[in-house]
Amino acid sequence: MKNVRNSLVYIFLGLASFVSIFPFFWMIIGITNTTQDITKGKFTFGNALMVNIRNLFDTTDIFGIFWNTSKIAIIGTLLSLLVTSMAAYGYELFRSRIRERIYTVVLLTMMIPFAALMIPLFRLIVRFGLLDTHMGIILPTIVNVFLIFFFRQSFKTFPREIIQAARIDGANEFQIFFTIVVPIMKSTYSAAAIYSFMANWNNYLWPLIVLQSSEKKTLTLMISSLSSAYFPDYGVIMVAIVIATLPMIIIFFMLQKHFVQGMLGSVKS
Amino acid sequence: MLRRAKYNKKNYYGWIFVFTSLVLMATFLIYPIIDSLILSTKSCKGIVCEPNGLGNIKRMLNDEVFHKAFKNTFIFFIVQVPIMLTMALMLASMLNNKKLKYRGFFRTAIFLPTVTSLVAYSVLFKMMFGYEGLINQFLMFIQLVNEPIPWLTNAFWAKVTIIIALLWRWTGYNMVFYLAALQNVSSEVYEAAEVDGASKIQQFFKITVPLLKPIILFTAIMSTIGTLQLFDEPMNLTGGGPSNATLTISQYIYNQSFVYVPNFGYAATLSYVIVFIVAILTIIQFKVAGDE
Repeated sequence: MKNVRNSLVYIFLGLASFVSIFPFFWMIIGITNTTQDITKGKFTFGNALMVNIRNLFDTTDIFGIFWNTSKIAIIGTLLSLLVTSMAAYGYELFRSRIRERIYTVVLLTMMIPFAALMIPLFRLIVRFGLLDTHMGIILPTIVNVFLIFFFRQSFKTFPREIIQAARIDGANEFQIFFTIVVPIMKSTYSAAAIYSFMANWNNYLWPLIVLQSSEKKTLTLMISSLSSAYFPDYGVIMVAIVIATLPMIIIFFMLQKHFVQGMLGSVKS
Repeated sequence: MLRRAKYNKKNYYGWIFVFTSLVLMATFLIYPIIDSLILSTKSCKGIVCEPNGLGNIKRMLNDEVFHKAFKNTFIFFIVQVPIMLTMALMLASMLNNKKLKYRGFFRTAIFLPTVTSLVAYSVLFKMMFGYEGLINQFLMFIQLVNEPIPWLTNAFWAKVTIIIALLWRWTGYNMVFYLAALQNVSSEVYEAAEVDGASKIQQFFKITVPLLKPIILFTAIMSTIGTLQLFDEPMNLTGGGPSNATLTISQYIYNQSFVYVPNFGYAATLSYVIVFIVAILTIIQFKVAGDE
């Protein structure tokens, strides 16, 4: 009985893993095949890899687009981590009645979907003269309410004695935050960094609205427009998808350990 | 006196730490919410707006395309979210077993879809689910079907395809939250239940589900918000078609603002429908979970 149950568990998990990984395999096979072969569902390696890569480089400014995407994601993530973790620290370590009330309102705004904000945000960006700029994409995404919540949950577990000791040693509150708290909370910051970087790297709707000139486009916009072309070149699209996905997978595997620890920290309390 | 000074200093630093976030929130969150409310009472052609009172609401009630988008979004929500959360919970409780072999592999594999961009995976699925594509080839090869399924061109199957895609992308994401929460449940609880003769299924419903209730509520609310905002997937997988069968509310708002002659006023009214439903569904979910 127990054996049967065990094998059922392994079959279920095996199947789930297979389904999860399969599209990645197919993507790798896809970059070596021609459009005709991909549309016909061919599932073996072909020899069109170099042709697909060359076509991608010929038809798009892939370096520029990759650079745009990286720039937005890196600057956006750094600013977001700085602003949201400082805010969370302020709410958690310096509690006051007014700030607790504000915090409640802040949490409630998590309910407001982006669709409800995009039109007034678009008008605002136009008024600021930031239409078709990368700054126009980054600015509204810096404050992420989920990250404030996430950081505050983690700061709850931070040992107060360390902060007290530093105060007695004469450190000011900013020194304490930047030289003591931030380094100790490395795992939390890594988890938040993955979350934020992913959100920025993969963002689609907002850049679609803000960006207009093709030299400012990001990877998601490029993939989307390649795919909706009248005669889409699937081989080229596959290469573009790999280029868009690979950095995320690498970052994930590099920071995976911190990521799980960070998640644990946030759920614990 | 001393206490007062200390309090003021604390208060002062508290404000400095939250200051930047408050300024940004006021500009990019609070102001847009108010602006959107005002816009929803106007009718616009491009940048020219006129007061319209409740006209937008009247128009909405008679707008059949909107009704369709509303219905589609709701179908995605009602079908996909329960299946996804149940699967995520099952996977997490299986992976929580310390004696399980290859745990790390299973966990990483099932989480992997989470790192893909919504656009990239949608485009990938569009190719896989093509009429002559891989999925149909496979189904015909194992003789499950005699002729290809029109995944993307039939109203029913297009919805199914989007639900499959959503399940693939988001199940692992939710699983990680459950796994993280389960790590905090001491294994002694399960060992004690085992000694008392509780079956695995009883343990799942009597221990795992009740202990994880807060986090289940959290993922349910996040998924609700996510599904009601659905945009990237239908836009890139089916383009909202065939004949609006997969059009979502978000996509319709986008079309009203940036594809057709822009009517920001009407679009703002439509966007408040999403806010309204999210609020109602969240209250229901809190009530069902029985917290507070």
